[in-house]
Amino acid sequence: MGQHDDRTAGAAPDVDPGPGEDPELAALALKILVAGGFGVGKTTLVGAVSEIRPLRTEEALSEAGELVDDTGGVDQKTTTTVAMDFGRITIRSGLSLYLFGTPGQDRFWFLWDELSQGALGAVVLADTRRLEDCFPAVDYFEHRRIPFVVAVNCFTDARRYGAHDVSRALDLEQGTPVVLCDARDRDSGKEVLIRLVEYAGRVHTARLLDSVEPQADSV
Amino acid sequence: MNGQWYDADAGPLVRPYAVTGGRTKPGPHGVRFDLIALVAVDPEGADAAAESLMGPEHRALLGLCRSETQSVAELAADADLPVGVVRVLLGDLLEGGHVMVSRPVPPAQLPDVRILREVIEGLRAL
Repeated sequence: MGQHDDRTAGAAPDVDPGPGEDPELAALALKILVAGGFGVGKTTLVGAVSEIRPLRTEEALSEAGELVDDTGGVDQKTTTTVAMDFGRITIRSGLSLYLFGTPGQDRFWFLWDELSQGALGAVVLADTRRLEDCFPAVDYFEHRRIPFVVAVNCFTDARRYGAHDVSRALDLEQGTPVVLCDARDRDSGKEVLIRLVEYAGRVHTARLLDSVEPQADSV
Repeated sequence: MNGQWYDADAGPLVRPYAVTGGRTKPGPHGVRFDLIALVAVDPEGADAAAESLMGPEHRALLGLCRSETQSVAELAADADLPVGVVRVLLGDLLEGGHVMVSRPVPPAQLPDVRILREVIEGLRAL
């Protein structure tokens, strides 16, 4: 554990303390979640807009207290980790957007809680052939007041519905945008993200105003 | 060949939390690294002597940060370690003064309108 002498010079008093910034990085990263039922195209969407191929992180379930890891055999090995796909879009140096595909299975809700911490907003991908698959995601984000848009992934063999029909069928809160998209298409995916960021901006501005204005009888 | 496991199929040789010495939470300060917390090498923390005392996983993470500022999620994917393990190891690196970490965006507080506008314009320009 010896201190090496060539490093002690670093404490010289005439060292410029720098431009007065704290040692934390000034870089900013924003998080967007991509949720929806199994096989609806979450990873496809992440891959279409990401500048890196979708990466995969794994969370070992032993970390989650309530889920006791007592798998008997190696054949159940796949149940001990949850994978999350994610991608990145660099807006400029020091500002980047990260997209996380949320794990589909209900028993991984605890991961959603962590993922949604500080998230800018979410995209709920829907397939009109099995719209009910996205109900849990819609419920989740509505209850936690996380701004989200519903993006209907237009599969070629699915009947086309208008955004309004989908909005009604999902009983969405008024104002929640519904966008038709093709999750494989980069421009289409970009459009979905733009709609989300615009919407999230509006939601947060409105909340900010609400919190500033005294709840008076002015309205 | 059937019924035999080779390489990655056989699973990890070392159980994930063995590389953290069984610790599941980072450091005594209980820092919680968000998945998108950005990690960069502290330019003033380069100390070959201290680095030689670290485990190979610590050094691997440090190497990844050295090439580029990375998010915790990217580090976990590139180092092929569970996020929970990476958090513990990063806690060690932070305590040792080897890395710097970005401040997470606090919940219920979002970047100002200017940044959001920048994001929208950036997305349009992609």
